[in-house]
Order: sequence, then C-alpha cells, then structure tokens
Amino acid sequence: MSPRHPNELEDIEIKLLLEGIYLYYGFDFRDYAMASLKRRIWNIIHAENVHTVSGLQEKVLHDPACMERFLLSLSVNVTSMFRDPSFYIAFRDKAIPVLRTYPFIRIWHAGCSTGEEVYSLAILMFEEGLYHRCRIYATDMNEAVLRKAKAGIIPLDLMQEYTQFYLQAGGKSDFSEYYTAAYNGALIRSFLRENIVFSPHNLVTDASFNEFNVILCRNVLIYFNRSLQERVHKLLYESLRTFGILGLGKHETMKTTAYENHYEELDSDEKIYRRIA
Amino acid sequence: MDFKIVVIGASLGGLNAVQTILSALPKNLPVAVAIGQHRHRSSDGELIRYLQETSVLPVREAEDKQPINPGIVFLAPADYHLLVEPGYFALSKDAPVTFARPSIDVLFESAADAYEEQVIGIILTGASSDGAKGLAKIQAYGGTVIVQKPDTAECPIMPEAAIKAVKMPQILPLAEIVPFLNSQIKSQILI
Repeated sequence: MSPRHPNELEDIEIKLLLEGIYLYYGFDFRDYAMASLKRRIWNIIHAENVHTVSGLQEKVLHDPACMERFLLSLSVNVTSMFRDPSFYIAFRDKAIPVLRTYPFIRIWHAGCSTGEEVYSLAILMFEEGLYHRCRIYATDMNEAVLRKAKAGIIPLDLMQEYTQFYLQAGGKSDFSEYYTAAYNGALIRSFLRENIVFSPHNLVTDASFNEFNVILCRNVLIYFNRSLQERVHKLLYESLRTFGILGLGKHETMKTTAYENHYEELDSDEKIYRRIA
Repeated sequence: MDFKIVVIGASLGGLNAVQTILSALPKNLPVAVAIGQHRHRSSDGELIRYLQETSVLPVREAEDKQPINPGIVFLAPADYHLLVEPGYFALSKDAPVTFARPSIDVLFESAADAYEEQVIGIILTGASSDGAKGLAKIQAYGGTVIVQKPDTAECPIMPEAAIKAVKMPQILPLAEIVPFLNSQIKSQILI
C-alpha cells in the first residue's frame, strides 16, 4: 500500500474517537470546530503519555478517569473576572437601561466555566441596583467546573489583576467589598451568590429550559462548527424573550447565521444584541 | 499550483515589516492573506487603521467562522488564536502557545491542515521562536515557505529559528518577498 497524506489518517482517527465517546459516554464533540479541537486532543495525547489518537481512544474508552480528564481539558476555558472590561461598560450603557424597565430579570449565563464572569455580572447588577430583582442561571456541561464555580473561591494572587479589570469595567465601588480573604483565596460574599443557580446543561445535547431576559454566551460558540453553531443559535433564540438581550464574544458574529434578522445590534463592537422578532 | 492562502507571522518589529509587505501587494490578489502579529491583549483597532493606510487590499480583524475570501487581509484579533478551517476562519481562547495569543504556530499548523500544499507561509522579524514549528508543518504538507533574511530583520531571532526548523526555505530581504509571491501566484492572476 502506498503512503497517503498524514492528514488523512489523523482525520479518520479523530472521527472514530469522537464517535466512540458519543456512543459510550453520550458526550457529543462531533460538531466541534475541528482545528481547535485537534489541538486540544493533541495536548491530551501528550498529557496522557500515549502517541496516537487511536492510543487515546483506547485509554478514554476503557478508563473512565481518563474520560473525566478528557472532558475537563475540553471544557475548561481560560476566564477571569471582568474579562474584556469594555464589554461590561457597553452592558452598563446599553443593556441596563432596558433591564431597568423589567420587574424581574431572568439571566442565563451559558458556558459559565469556573464562574468568574458570573460573579462579575452579579457585581455589575448589584451596583446598578438590580441584583435583588434578578436570578442568574449559570450553566456548563462539566460538573467539575460547576463545583468550582459554586464554591466561589478565587485565588488571592489573581485579585490584584481583577481589581484593575473591575476599575476598567466601570466599577463603582471598592472591589474588596465583594470578597473576603479565606481558605487561601478570595471568597465571593454570600449576598452576591444568593440569586445565582449553578446547574449542568449541555448546549449540544440539552434543550431549552426556560425563557430569559438576558443570555450571555461569550466565547463558547467559537469552539463549534458552523452547523452546530446554527443549532445552538436556534436554542438561544428560543430561550430568549422578545426584546431580550443576547451577549456574544467580541469576535463572534450573527452575520453567518440564519438568525441575523431576528436581532438588532445594541452595541456592534461588543456584540450585544436584542431580539426583535 | 493554485494557492489559497498566504499566512504571515511577525512579532517584535513586525509593524513596519507587515506594512511593507501589505503595501506592495497588488489589487485583485487571488489568495487570502492571514496575519499572526503578536500584540498586546487590549490593543484596539489602531493596528488595522495603520495597516489599511498603505494597503490597496481591505484589511480586517478576522471574526469567527468568517469565510476565507481571496483579496482580503485578515488579522488575528488581540487575545485570540486565529485558526484556519477549510473555507473559513475560527477563533479560540485556548491558553497561549509559546507565550503568545495569537500564536503563529497555531495559525500556520491549522492552515497546513486545512489547505496542505496550497499554503504559502512567511516568517518575518521577531524575538521569539513562535512560527518555526508551524512553518515546518506547512513544508511537511507540501506548502511553500519563505523567511525574511535575518540580517534585514529588525529582530533576527524569529527568522533564524524558522530557518533552522525547515529545509531550504526561500530566504529573502523584505523588499523581495512580494515579487517572489507574485511569481508564485502569477498563473492564478492571469486566469
């Protein structure tokens, strides 16, 4: 047999790996964006001390602990409090005036990872005098990151940087009022946590579970291919009330989706949209 | 050979080098150009405006799932990796690679995966070894590799690392890179 392009075999192995994981564990990564998924898979291959995608397949299917690590590597996203301060400024300017007119505000933070951005939003809502009227549903497919999010403990050494982001994001108070130093970390104060519900939800396989006034889904869809993005946009659209607000990541766009005409832009730079139809 | 994409990696000193390349590119370029330029995570649209000033081609920050269309220059956005998929760009917030996000290796390796021998990779000035692995992958998959002649670079470290990582790249002074590019894609322009 003549040697074929190295790419070809790798693509077949990855297809088999993802199919196997789906059939055996029910987690569906088959429509993830291939280029970034491939990089993550190779990082896992090196960490697991195997040499090929097929080698990883054997280990993942026969060793549930390896599957847990696989899941964690694919779902942990680099995050921070008040990441992209300009987003929070735009949210204060453009979304808050709309939300003030609602008696009760239901928020879905989809793909919340370890919770830093959820608590940032809670602080923002508190400073705008709206936190007592809102309930934040924060979801992620991975229960390990949810446990961490729920604990609400942030490494103390990161708080200096987060304080800078908080100020750049238009913070109105003293950032240290929102946490107490405990357990070698900064524990988010309980009054900020009481209106947050953390719960597992998989955007790929789970259905809509409520109707929301605000959905934040920032830098989550970039890991999906176009057909999966389209499916998840349908889910987000169906979970958003008319005139509800959708926040995407700074370089994500509605333009390539079928839902473009159902939204108007509240802030084109920060990708804050409002459902109009 | 019908090329689909030219990927350019630059770091320290890259602003002038990239501008020099872009200002020499012809109108109706039959390939897309994607640039991985190391930049501060909070840098804004200033870089785009600077590069657009002297380029006849439109210069844009790439958005997620944006189609890879010829005749357009796409820049990796600050604090994201830019990846190439067959037909469109993708972004990721994964951890920095070789201390960089955007990483040139990530851009180059994904371009090789997506377009194999239809890729031209160019490494310009920089004080890092980012891009060397990616350029090697472009070559291994049959693409064309070009490195800025180190003694003409503001910082020779990145070109030197790239030259070590590949076999017999085209090593060219900055001013000769675009004429060489044009000679490679000339047949595509005539069609």
